Amino acid sequence: MALKTVTATVECPECFGEVELKDVMQNEIVQCADCGADLEVVSIDPVVLELAPDEEEDWGE
Amino acid sequence: MKVGILYSRVRAEEKLLFDACERRGVDFELLDDGQLIFDISGVNGHMKRFEQFDVVMERCISHARALYSLRILNDRGVKTVNTARVADICGNKLQTTSALTAAGVPSPRTLVAFTTEAALEAIEELGYPVVLKPSVGSWGRLLSKVNDREAAEAILEHKEVLGTYHHSIHYIQEYIQKPMRDIRAFVIGNETICAIYRDSKHWITNTARGGKASVCPVTPELNDICVRAAKAVGGGVVAIDVLEDPERGLIVNEVNYTMEFRNSVMPTGVDIPGRMVDFALDVARNGWAAANGWSAEEERSVGRVTLTGE
Repeated sequence: MALKTVTATVECPECFGEVELKDVMQNEIVQCADCGADLEVVSIDPVVLELAPDEEEDWGE
Repeated sequence: MKVGILYSRVRAEEKLLFDACERRGVDFELLDDGQLIFDISGVNGHMKRFEQFDVVMERCISHARALYSLRILNDRGVKTVNTARVADICGNKLQTTSALTAAGVPSPRTLVAFTTEAALEAIEELGYPVVLKPSVGSWGRLLSKVNDREAAEAILEHKEVLGTYHHSIHYIQEYIQKPMRDIRAFVIGNETICAIYRDSKHWITNTARGGKASVCPVTPELNDICVRAAKAVGGGVVAIDVLEDPERGLIVNEVNYTMEFRNSVMPTGVDIPGRMVDFALDVARNGWAAANGWSAEEERSVGRVTLTGE
């Protein structure tokens, strides 16, 4: 399958700084360069970032 | 050949796996575990969507999502990497240690108790320091190194009062006086394909907790213990945490079934994601036992506990 990616500059939902995204996919985890928050790309059309969920008890390898 | 990749988030590992699929010209489809609905009653042929896959690679972050998805798929004959059986054993430290020790794989001495009183007695029997771990959990979360009785009593009380029921299943392990590092070895089928040292100033050496990675040579001894450990938990694609005990040599601490490898490709120079995809394709074509390099007799014996006198 051809993976859909997007390149864009969007606002960080945590600090409102600019986050530059390059070839990101839906559900990809990125980090805000300004505040360091972990963000999830929850949509690529349009591009929407949300704070990545906190770690849960059964998460891991 | 159609490959499904069951995932939670697209992290570095998932991107590397997608890239490995694309480089091989593999037709693959992403299955987001947050969006999935399994109609396991089979109404309207819903499950046929999943039965079309020749193999599904599991990359969930949540153990529960991984385990139940794999169980549902395997019950319907869908091949997966890893299997539900491997996930069930490796997602639970107690079950992992039980499988390893039953198979004679060197492991830290481990005691299991189900009440606070019995746990305290077990800790005292083992002698301080001991390590308490939740049976389900990863990335070094909630590990406790307990140095004396007062600390033991405090931690056990906290677990009893603040924890959910599975925190009262006490998994108590000797503390291995290892160098400030451990070994993370990557096993695919019957081969340890590469390994790293994880150095840390902290006794918890997970790279998720800041441990630094450097290449570790795969000696025949390391390969042997890791392949035996992988086989004990049901085979497949696993990452094995090995401790170096000054007196006993190599000891298997844990086995991870949805392995993270972003920090290991560079120092080892091994194409870990490529090898993972090749293994999944091998499972799709030839089945689990053949991909693991097992004979029919080995397949029957894998994971089977032989009772004394049987």
